[in-house]
Amino acid sequence: MSVVLRLERAALGFGARRLWEGLDLEVSSGELIAVLGANGSGKSSLLKVVLGQVPLWSGSATFLGTPVRRGDRRIGYVPQQRLAEDGVPLRGRDLVALGVDGHRWGVPIPSRARRQRVNQLLSSVGAEAYASTPLSSLSGGEQQRLRIAQALAADPRLLLCDEPLLSLDLPHQRLVSDLVDDARRRLDLGVLFVTHDINPILDKVDRVLYIANHRFRIGTPDEVMTTDVLSELFDAPVEVIRHNGRILVAGVPDQDPYHHPEAAVLR
Amino acid sequence: MIGLDSLGTVWSEIFDFSDYRQLLPLLKNSIIACVVLGIVGGLIGVFVMMRDMAFAVHGVSELSFAGAAAGLLFGAGVVTGALLGSLTAALLIGVLGARARDRNSVTAVLMPFGLGLGILCLGLYHGRAANKFGLLTGQIVAIDDPQVTSLIVISAVVAVGLVVIWRPLLFASTDADVAAARGVPVGVLSIVFMILLGLAVAVSVQIVGALLVLSLLVTPAAAALRVSSSPVWVPLLSTAFAVVASVGGILLAAGSSIPISPYITSISFAIYLSCRLLSVRRTSHRSPEPAHAT
Ligand SMILES: Nc1ncnc2c1ncn2[C@@H]1O[C@H](COP(=O)(O)OP(=O)(O)OP(=O)(O)O)[C@@H](O)[C@H]1O
Ligand SMILES: [Mg+2]
Repeated sequence: MSVVLRLERAALGFGARRLWEGLDLEVSSGELIAVLGANGSGKSSLLKVVLGQVPLWSGSATFLGTPVRRGDRRIGYVPQQRLAEDGVPLRGRDLVALGVDGHRWGVPIPSRARRQRVNQLLSSVGAEAYASTPLSSLSGGEQQRLRIAQALAADPRLLLCDEPLLSLDLPHQRLVSDLVDDARRRLDLGVLFVTHDINPILDKVDRVLYIANHRFRIGTPDEVMTTDVLSELFDAPVEVIRHNGRILVAGVPDQDPYHHPEAAVLR
Repeated sequence: MIGLDSLGTVWSEIFDFSDYRQLLPLLKNSIIACVVLGIVGGLIGVFVMMRDMAFAVHGVSELSFAGAAAGLLFGAGVVTGALLGSLTAALLIGVLGARARDRNSVTAVLMPFGLGLGILCLGLYHGRAANKFGLLTGQIVAIDDPQVTSLIVISAVVAVGLVVIWRPLLFASTDADVAAARGVPVGVLSIVFMILLGLAVAVSVQIVGALLVLSLLVTPAAAALRVSSSPVWVPLLSTAFAVVASVGGILLAAGSSIPISPYITSISFAIYLSCRLLSVRRTSHRSPEPAHAT
């Protein structure tokens, strides 16, 4: 198991606002790490750092041995925002094809190899059935599947998923997390999986990064998701209840009245 | 019978196809200009729709009008003026209005300013009257030779530019975040797109007039999106629709005393209506989607 991503004493904030600091994190290939934390705690921003789109305040972030940079195609990304699909002349397979060669100049030249690659990606996420359906008539779960296929198109070494389970029903949550899990095993990917609820992926998670109060805890779910650890992290009495293989966290304080403005817009 | 009679009078007032044959060769240049304009409008319209920029197009065309009017007044020429006006507006909207909401307000502020400026310039101008009105509502029959050449050159620049940035622009317009993560220069592309849009508007303003630019830069693409979601068919159909509208417009305008624009807008609108009807029929006849196993 080789280290794909390494953050060392990383600190991040915007303006005068500090999000987190002192973050040491190593993601190995084939490892799935869940990133948890309240709204506005800096989970999406962490992914932006890895994508080279937001600079750290201090510390370092290296991907495969070199400092992170913008537009590294060995990182797959499934963002938090839904697609704005109105007026978009794309069908399911076209979205995946953009992942294959959407960064190239010119107009796409149809070829057998390109078609086969897209078909293979579609079948790897079980999305053949709506390959030719317009994006605008696909459900959130179906779009999410296609976006995972798109993210896998460039043979990434690291996959960043920002709340891919948001607004999916339980069967689709299971399905999408199975897909990610399957992909990281098959392709030996490191995965950072941002989520509000750890339960849908609890049986797949290797480690948890829990961000709160500008601090964080890293460890296996058993190590981090305990009453003691979370109470200390939140500086408040938090109770963690395990029930039927599910983890319920009660009493998380409303520590951060500041919610970021985008949250209101998200559906 | 009186009604029919007066209709006939109106008809013969508008249309006079008697020496159409002699007229057509003289129109060669204008027809070429309309074909080129149709291609450019149809292609760029696809991205105008994807990027939700119809309103911005309208704003750019008002400033293009102001530029053209100023060009007329100060003798710099309509083409130069239109280009300067629309490029300024396109860049302003592109830089200040990166987000959709900002873009709308920037556009809404620029638009009346441009229109007012243009009307002021026209008011001060004492040249040929037809030319004045044409900038807002379109030409009677198009354009002199040097103007046609410049139209074709500018349109070619837009078309080639669009083809070169086609795929990354499609990516960036669909999903800017993922495209950026993939190394697509999203910011640069959107500025380049605004420049191409400015050029396309400057060309269109001179033929259909500032008030009616949308009929070539938006309506054909909107119609195409009604009947297809294929990234290949939509631009092809949109281009075909725009060419039909603009060339049809000039052919009808040639035999008539009215500017070209009402013909272009009517054909364009008729195509849009037909596509809407077609899409309604298609969706209501479509069998229910097969359920996907979960
Ligand atoms: N580019 C930016 N400039 C200024 N502030 C920013 C920027 N990006 C994010 N922020 C702020 O940083 C904070 C963390 O944002 P981030 O999107 O990382 O939170 P998050 O943990 O992903 O929250 P959520 O669960 O709501 O998605 C927010 O308060 C947000 O307003
Ligand atoms: Mg987030």
